[in-house]
Amino acid sequence: MANQWYPLASVEETAVGRVHRTRLFGEPIAYAKDTAGTLTAWRCTGSQQPGSDPSTALPVIARYGYIWATIGTPDGDIFPIPEYGEADRRNVAAGTIGVQVSAQRAVENFLDMGHFPFVHTGILGQEPHTEVKEYNVAVSQDGREILATECLFYQPMASTVSTSGADVEYTYRVPHPTCSVLYKSSPLDEKRLDVIAIFCQPTGHETLRGHMMLSILDDVNTDDFIRNFQLHIFGQDKPILENQFPKRLPLEPRAETPIRADKTSIVYRRWLSQHGVTYGVIPASEQVNTP
Amino acid sequence: MIRLFDFDLSGNCYKVRLLLAFLGLEYEKTNIDYYPGRQHRTDAFLRINPLGQLPVIEDGDYRLRDAQAILVYLAHKYDHGGNWYPTDNPDLIGEISQWLAFADQLTTTASAARLESAMFFELDGDAARAGAHKLFRILDAHLWFREDAGADWICSADEPTIADIACFPYVALSEEGGVSREDYPAIRRWLDRVKRIPGFCVMPGVFPAGPAV
Repeated sequence: MANQWYPLASVEETAVGRVHRTRLFGEPIAYAKDTAGTLTAWRCTGSQQPGSDPSTALPVIARYGYIWATIGTPDGDIFPIPEYGEADRRNVAAGTIGVQVSAQRAVENFLDMGHFPFVHTGILGQEPHTEVKEYNVAVSQDGREILATECLFYQPMASTVSTSGADVEYTYRVPHPTCSVLYKSSPLDEKRLDVIAIFCQPTGHETLRGHMMLSILDDVNTDDFIRNFQLHIFGQDKPILENQFPKRLPLEPRAETPIRADKTSIVYRRWLSQHGVTYGVIPASEQVNTP
Repeated sequence: MIRLFDFDLSGNCYKVRLLLAFLGLEYEKTNIDYYPGRQHRTDAFLRINPLGQLPVIEDGDYRLRDAQAILVYLAHKYDHGGNWYPTDNPDLIGEISQWLAFADQLTTTASAARLESAMFFELDGDAARAGAHKLFRILDAHLWFREDAGADWICSADEPTIADIACFPYVALSEEGGVSREDYPAIRRWLDRVKRIPGFCVMPGVFPAGPAV
């Protein structure tokens, strides 16, 4: 997990010429953007001014509107989102929200359609349309990515340009232990898909910064309206996430009782186990089973 | 038509939306991207409110800032029943004003804690949380004695007043700033009573109450 890239902040929202502080895996990290737009990041050591010791520099790149860094040695670039490069899309870094729960809990919530009618009432779901229909989940051949397809759900206001409720088809990707990308039918063009991603920065075992990115077809609304729509939804998720217990994601299959709608979550937990993830989770071997 | 300069995740803007909903008033919203856009610090908004704070309302040519002041104005002008802000009783006006000032202190404590932990404002979160607990203890004891006297609301009136609206949002959102309400049972009961007032509306982070038992 340490050898992955993690998001730190929106490139645009990062003030020029200032050292910003955050955390990654509990460690204090600093990052900065200079007048030329060059990004730097460092591990903070003791009371030293960040950056004064060149050996503390961390690899850093900009992708999808965010600054990404790593404390390890990544074996490549960040996972691709090819749609981001399409000329007519609105690419919006929708904001960063702090949540007091493990990053994997947030990813799992992002993958769950069952909560839409109850938490995002009138927007992403509406009673009595509560059924999560059968859908497909698979891990890619190289084991790098989870893919959930043919997820159908009735949504009263699926996007910023929706004018009425519709059955919406979702595809979810989990290409990273703490990031997920979803694709949903665009109300503007039935052949194309809107892209919404959550990039989670595990600041601690039980805390995260959730960075949201949209790459959507919307020729009407301003960026701040699109941001506001996404913050509204994330604001509704936040108290639900913070009331989850335990705050780390349990990987032991019997720790929590899944239902059919949780198929993606079951595969996600197994996939994290197989990749030996121990940060922000309760590994299966450590789970205490109470009778 | 009334215009509200609004930010969706702001508890102070939510106060105004709540009263407008209780009064059944139509209004238009102008979204100010307070976070992450920090539009409240732009020249354009500072011309509307030099303090750079939300909310602001415009009612015709009249412009007013400050959540508590807006509640007083709207209730006095549009609540024809007069229950939200009764003006015929000096004691009650004094009491309401006292709790409106208390609501302002909730903004500098419970709200500040939430801005620090959810939106990374550079504020002293621990001091804000300690301050919020101090206020919550006072409010909880006050509400407990009110309940003991058979009363439901913050001020000495049979109906809720704008003091209940002003204190509600940052108490209801406190857990987002790491301020637990576990130790304040009278506050928790009062929050549910506010949620059951006809016309109540939610915001992200605030859920409706279940049916009364």
